[in-house]
Amino acid sequence: MDLASILQILESTIRLSTPLLLACLAGLFSERAGIFDIGLEGKMLAAAFFSAAVASMTGSVWLGLLAGIAASLVLSGLHGLASITFRGDQLISGVAINFLAAGMTVLIAQDWFRQGGRTPSLPSDARFNPITLPFADRVADVPVLGPVYSDLMSGNSILVYVAFLAVPATWWVLYRTRFGLRLRAVGENPAAVDTAGVSVVALRYAAVGICGVLCGIAGAYLATSLQAGFVKDMTAGRGYIALAALIFAKWRPWYALWSCLLFGVLQAVALRYQNIDLGSLVIPVQFMDALPYILTVVILAGFVGKAIPPRAGGQPYVKER
Amino acid sequence: MQDRNGPESATRPGDSPAPAVQPPKAAERGMSSAQPAIELKGISKAFGPVQANKDISISVAPGTIHGIIGENGAGKSTLMSILYGFYRADRGEIFINGQKADITDSQAAIAAGIGMVFQHFKLVENFTVLENVILGAEDGRLLRPSLAKARRELKALASEYGLDVDPDAVIHDIGVGFQQRVEILKALYRQADILILDEPTGVLTPAEADQLFRILHRLKDEGKTIILITHKLREIMEATDTVSVMRRGEMVATRKTSDTGPEELAELMVGRKVLLRVDKTPAKPGADVLQIEDLKVTDESGVLRLKGIDLTLKAGEILGLAGVAGNGQSELLEVLGGMLPAVGTVTGRVRMKGEVLPLSGAAGDGKARRAAHIGHVPEDRQRAGLVMDFFAWENIAFGYHADAGYQRSGLFMDNQGLRREAADKMDRYDVRPPDPWLKAKSFSGGNQQKIVLAREIERKPSLLLVGQPTRGVDIGAIEFIHREIVALRDAGAAILLVSVELDEILSLSDRIAVMFDGKIMGERLPGETDEKELGLLMAGMNNAASGEAA
Repeated sequence: MDLASILQILESTIRLSTPLLLACLAGLFSERAGIFDIGLEGKMLAAAFFSAAVASMTGSVWLGLLAGIAASLVLSGLHGLASITFRGDQLISGVAINFLAAGMTVLIAQDWFRQGGRTPSLPSDARFNPITLPFADRVADVPVLGPVYSDLMSGNSILVYVAFLAVPATWWVLYRTRFGLRLRAVGENPAAVDTAGVSVVALRYAAVGICGVLCGIAGAYLATSLQAGFVKDMTAGRGYIALAALIFAKWRPWYALWSCLLFGVLQAVALRYQNIDLGSLVIPVQFMDALPYILTVVILAGFVGKAIPPRAGGQPYVKER
Repeated sequence: MQDRNGPESATRPGDSPAPAVQPPKAAERGMSSAQPAIELKGISKAFGPVQANKDISISVAPGTIHGIIGENGAGKSTLMSILYGFYRADRGEIFINGQKADITDSQAAIAAGIGMVFQHFKLVENFTVLENVILGAEDGRLLRPSLAKARRELKALASEYGLDVDPDAVIHDIGVGFQQRVEILKALYRQADILILDEPTGVLTPAEADQLFRILHRLKDEGKTIILITHKLREIMEATDTVSVMRRGEMVATRKTSDTGPEELAELMVGRKVLLRVDKTPAKPGADVLQIEDLKVTDESGVLRLKGIDLTLKAGEILGLAGVAGNGQSELLEVLGGMLPAVGTVTGRVRMKGEVLPLSGAAGDGKARRAAHIGHVPEDRQRAGLVMDFFAWENIAFGYHADAGYQRSGLFMDNQGLRREAADKMDRYDVRPPDPWLKAKSFSGGNQQKIVLAREIERKPSLLLVGQPTRGVDIGAIEFIHREIVALRDAGAAILLVSVELDEILSLSDRIAVMFDGKIMGERLPGETDEKELGLLMAGMNNAASGEAA
């Protein structure tokens, strides 16, 4: 395999990992605070639709991004209301959000645009376009390092940089700030936080809010950067893969980066090599397409070994003596 | 170390709400010794129709240890939860150091200088000691400065009060005794001058409890005011200066500890005379019921838990099995009761009235054991004795629910009959409240235990296995449970009693065997031994001349 094709695969790995990474970090904030969120998928989908719709109507991709984040936040608020305030079942609330988003996006899209449940294709100025980093063109000819910088690191949309910078930011917030300490504590033992005189409810809403913002960015990235517009079910299970990646990462930010890159590279390979010819044996494209999902199943089946979720995860907090 | 009270009161978390009451300065404390540290006036609190606290007034002098004693459900915890801002009183006032305090939440209680050590620790298991201490009392948005300050602070507290804990240890790696210290340190780090401890010795070994009381005395000498909530009379007598007794939501008496005694306190708690000793006639042992020969148990990790047990139990006697928890008593009870290890091996010979008891497979499970007339009151009643989310009547039938008497037409259970029977048993065993439709988890520890006992004893077993029969049980209920066990013995059953309470072993047993490290260290007769000798045996020292009893 030559350098060019390696670079191509890595480039597409980065693009495909970005939404996974954003969703994975979104889940990390929520689950570290003790709120399981199976509704990442639905939030991303809603964000994808509203960002594409608003970008298409106003011509401004930034307004689109805001609309996507807002849509995702509304669903987050719903999940928070159900699981924090009313102490409902977090799984059921999440599933409901996924169904709601899947149906609502197509319905509204058909009503607004009449294109069979999709938004119109976004023109290039209503999308997030690749950014060229300084000196990218000048160093392109330097062997190896040049193309790595100019093709791989440069030339991505701003949301890609946001996603990758979100990893150290998440780590820093979680392990270096008061908010992070309290967030981690509330997912492990909310009673400890409560008796220390800190509001469990406020912390959990904050976590769910951050989750909403990150899911919103992830959805907007799908519709306004990776692709040009919204199509039905365009998240294609990325929310669930992000959850698998989160378990694989044992709810840690840096591990989340590596596990999302792993899922990303699998998707990239599947895209690039449709049928892999091994001489006597041809691996069909369907297998390659299915690989990320197979890996998800394998990981969820416990291949990762002992991944200990936040202890208070999934349980509503009820004050007791 | 420099004066801790001066500069640090100024460095409270910058963003916490203004304290309701300023923590007292060291100087003030000395001047106003007449001023009570805590004064509650007419506190009342109802939960629906239940009056948990009725017009309670109490006054605690600074620099003293004040005990609050009462049975479970007497309202002790509710009262302390009001003081710590978990609940708001319906009526009544709280004064801290003479100033009226409006304690609306835990934050306000902390600000008023109150610290609380809960019965179930409120610690984050995978955090370090340091992180647990600063949680909620950080100095700013960034952790680093807070952690550095807390580290210095903990060092000072450790040398001041003898509260040594490794600040970098993770909570789940340290023992309960140390976890409790962390809770105390949390309170002290928040400048608490008043420390409330709720049943602090429930989880501690006797040695750890002694250590705790030494620390409490040291805190008292430094001028801290301590409220100790407990239902153990001995602790009250040993550790407190004054004591208040609560019964059914009311404060029935306050005494100077030196002016009262265990008998009076027990009577005040229960509302009637209580027998603190067990009243029983000498045993009349009959034929051998249980014969254990060379019983060995290997657990899932290949460790030998029982290293060859030989034990014989006769009809009409109580054999008390003493030992520090974790020396094989649990494994012995479980094997006999039919809770065989899922992985691991059991070898040896166990005969029940001459019949060999299977030690593996379905023939050795709980159902088969019950068919062999073995009743089992498991050590952990909440995990193995009851299904906490099921109703009392269901719990009273469990294990025997397939009995022919409970069947209707082979397909359905006779639920009405079960409920009638449960109501009857609950009545006879004085389970309070006697409502078969309450879930097991809604009963207090003592009443849960009575439900399990009612189920097992009423089957008239030939052998009753009893593990920790009175752990977490009120005095009144302890008396009742002991009486029922003795009554079963007098009816001719053999009883194997496992308890970590030496008092209980000594007063209830007809014969005592001591276990250590998976072996029987020796047998003694209760009249011919004492706590000291048993204590040595429990520690694995058998230098006392091998005077094998019986």
